[in-house]
Amino acid sequence: MSSSSEASNRRLLRSRDQIDRAYPYELSIPALARTAAMSEPHFIRSFHTCFGESPHRYLQRRRIERAMFLLRRSQLSVTEICLEVGFSSLGSFCRTFRQVAGKTPRAYRKDGAGTTQGQVPTCFAMAWGRPSSFGEERGIGASLSSWVRPARPVLKTTGGKPTC
Amino acid sequence: MLSSLRISQIYVLDQQQALDFYVGKLGLEVNTDNDLGFMRFLTVNVPGDPERQILLERPGPPMMDDATAEQVRDLLSKGRTGGHLFFLTPDAHESYRELSAKGVEITQEPTEQPYGIDFGMRDPFGNHIRVAQLR
Repeated sequence: MSSSSEASNRRLLRSRDQIDRAYPYELSIPALARTAAMSEPHFIRSFHTCFGESPHRYLQRRRIERAMFLLRRSQLSVTEICLEVGFSSLGSFCRTFRQVAGKTPRAYRKDGAGTTQGQVPTCFAMAWGRPSSFGEERGIGASLSSWVRPARPVLKTTGGKPTC
Repeated sequence: MLSSLRISQIYVLDQQQALDFYVGKLGLEVNTDNDLGFMRFLTVNVPGDPERQILLERPGPPMMDDATAEQVRDLLSKGRTGGHLFFLTPDAHESYRELSAKGVEITQEPTEQPYGIDFGMRDPFGNHIRVAQLR
């Protein structure tokens, strides 16, 4: 690993932090690529190589992590949370939530996962509370079995209707 | 039994650059700076709190082989070595203004949290730092 790849990693980390900050807004690949000092196609490839997922997928996980926080900690409705974290369609939000978190937003809220998060510094809560990119139900409130033997999510089609 | 935590460690890519950041920008003070030959043992602490030190350790031989050091440096620059520091301040907004003016890389502006107000930043190497004003 050369110092140039470390510098490249560091710039990509800077652009990923930018996604973390601006998660409610539309993803601007040109702006992120500028932060990383790369062309857009090179940025997308490099981001994936560096972090193991595309910028879009990372944004989705960031939004869902925030939605999970709001479901646990606020009284906002699912629709309000959907809009708050940057989704414009409730159907898309619920499908993504279910795909990433393994359950619907309502089921997640009903389960009451992670109610002690207020005692945890935000950096840890964000990093560990965020669902995995690979579909395992992980993070605060996940059962031990899901850590020991991660299961791929079972996606059920619902005729396009949101199942929140 | 155990009575206190004396030294915590984070990895840095360059110890001089680390000093510029942790002492020059964050305002910590050097506690120990010993060139042991095989390593530079460099710790800093919050002014007035010398009992809690942070070891600024450069990954490399002889503690680890070159290939392992490369992996650590790679992970560090991706923000994935797990290096986290959590400082307290009496005024998060004031600290934020001061550190922003010094050009520190902010990852999150001051935000209301269940435990108080805090903001996030990174050191030049990718370690994550939070500064909190607790309730």
